[in-house]
Amino acid sequence: MKRVYVNERWCLGCHLCEYNCAFANSGETDMVKALQGAEIHPRIQVEGDNKISFAVSCRHCDDPICVKSCIAGAISKRDGVVRIDRDRCVGCFTCILVCPYGAVLPSPDGHAVRKCELCTDNASGEPACVRGCPNGAIVFEER
Amino acid sequence: MAIRYDIPEYEVLRDPQRCIACRVCERQCANEVHSYDPDTGTMKSDETKCVDCHRCVSLCPTHALKIVRNPDTLRRNAYWTGDTIGEIYRQAETGGMLLSSMGNPRPYPVYWDKMLINASQVTNPSIDPLREPMETRTFLGKKPDRIERNPDGSIDLSNLPPQLELQVPILFSAMSYGSISYNAHESLARAAKELGTYWNTGEGGLHEDFYKYAPNVIVQVASGRFGVHKKYLEAGAAIEIKIGQGAKPGIGGHLPGAKITDDVSRTRMIPKGTDAISPAPHHDIYSIEDLRQLVYSLKEATEYKKPVIVKIAAVHNVAAIASGIARSGADIIAIDGFRGGTGAAPTRIRDNVGIPIELALAAVDERLRQERIRNNVSLIVAGGIRNSADVVKAIALGADAVYIATAALVALGCHLCRTCQTGKCNWGIATQRPDLVKRLNPDIGSKRLVNLVSAWQHEIMEMMGGMGINSVEALRGNRLMLRGVGLTEKELEILGIKHAGE
Repeated sequence: MKRVYVNERWCLGCHLCEYNCAFANSGETDMVKALQGAEIHPRIQVEGDNKISFAVSCRHCDDPICVKSCIAGAISKRDGVVRIDRDRCVGCFTCILVCPYGAVLPSPDGHAVRKCELCTDNASGEPACVRGCPNGAIVFEER
Repeated sequence: MAIRYDIPEYEVLRDPQRCIACRVCERQCANEVHSYDPDTGTMKSDETKCVDCHRCVSLCPTHALKIVRNPDTLRRNAYWTGDTIGEIYRQAETGGMLLSSMGNPRPYPVYWDKMLINASQVTNPSIDPLREPMETRTFLGKKPDRIERNPDGSIDLSNLPPQLELQVPILFSAMSYGSISYNAHESLARAAKELGTYWNTGEGGLHEDFYKYAPNVIVQVASGRFGVHKKYLEAGAAIEIKIGQGAKPGIGGHLPGAKITDDVSRTRMIPKGTDAISPAPHHDIYSIEDLRQLVYSLKEATEYKKPVIVKIAAVHNVAAIASGIARSGADIIAIDGFRGGTGAAPTRIRDNVGIPIELALAAVDERLRQERIRNNVSLIVAGGIRNSADVVKAIALGADAVYIATAALVALGCHLCRTCQTGKCNWGIATQRPDLVKRLNPDIGSKRLVNLVSAWQHEIMEMMGGMGINSVEALRGNRLMLRGVGLTEKELEILGIKHAGE
């Protein structure tokens, strides 16, 4: 199962992955139209400072605690990807509290959560953060 | 505030229609040109700090940035140009020498561009390298005067002096650890290994992590003798004595203390934070006889198993100097032309000292042939080799191989902004700042270097095939394959080529 991995040695903390993620999930075909003047809500977030930084996104855990915690049964794991059914999500945010990586985040609408689904839920084709990383720090591979 | 006399050289143009204020430009600029204004939610720029390295332009996800030459010009003057006036302002302010980096950018003649390559038509067939064998392999080192055979008729190689085997006649030229980053060295080392060629430590020693690339490294011994020890000499495939450098012939080097980090200090074997000053001459070399002593000391130290290279800058009497070197016991002479790069050099020296490598090469090859000592040495030429056509022309003029460094750095991302001396290379090449060094990922860097040299190799094979030549060694010194365009009789005479149409 290919997953998104980050090598902190090469992460520059440029935050481009966040913008590429927000763009990929915007449904727009033009980055400027999608992101100009807007607050972005990416599913990957860069932690750290100029010395050491690291982009964090869902690890798609083997035994995901978020799936177990979901009171609405909105989170499930299919084909190795932890997914959210936004129609079922009641916005209780229990998953956000239990995720040990801080990789599940509140959605801007406040009613559901957002998390990385490896760009399987948008038109990007492959994870946009990986494709746009200027230093090969984010990779999508089998390990 | 004091009067600011000089005019910013560049202007940062930001298209507000495209900028999404993602602040990548701000985070990626070590010169702190860009900043974010939280009140307006927009980006600002201070172009006085811009060095035109294009890091922001390359990383801007919406292509909102452009760096242009500042149109605010001084009154036009063909003699007192804006650059000239700006330099005077700077010196009037600082009282210091002007420093620059990379090669001589002045519009001196480029002889590569005044030579054209031959091709076969009708009377001798050209060769298709995709269908027929084509050899780019070559060997550097002293060649025997005659072929000796064993009793069974096979060639006797037992007395063959040590040779460097190259799969392609291109080596990476000397750039020290300190002047360039750890990741740049790793990229070069890995690429050289994969390509079957060599990289060169420069005068900064060999980092302990890179001894694993030793079969592909040329270790340099220069006037400061930094990082030289027994294991270092034994590690290299060849040893290079650096007498001079094309960018700054006649002067030494100065790596500022700020670049002597822990690792660099350990590798150079000097205290951390101290300036690393390489003297202008080797203090034990004042004649060819002295040079011979060092050549043989190094050979003795490495049991005569490694070729010794002597690298000199191309200067006025280069042919006579090369003749001396060829008699000093050296196996290979490297000649560095005035376009050669540097991590820092006095501007006046870089821009005014030395001669074009094309003329130096032709003169040296001719002199060594006349004196019948051409086989004593191989010739590597360096200093501004830009593409595969330059390589082919250099070999046809008499070189055995070429060194590339500027082209290699450009492959790694260098945009020739020529401010290496500041140590703030935004591309992670000419810097020791950890946050900048990590911008050059050797996985990417080494791949790009391999791509570049492989591409040149293909082109070299195509050009050789066109000439009906199927090996680099058959092209070497084959000046009939070159014709000059727009050259004077004297220039043609020195280059040893005919004019186009002759």
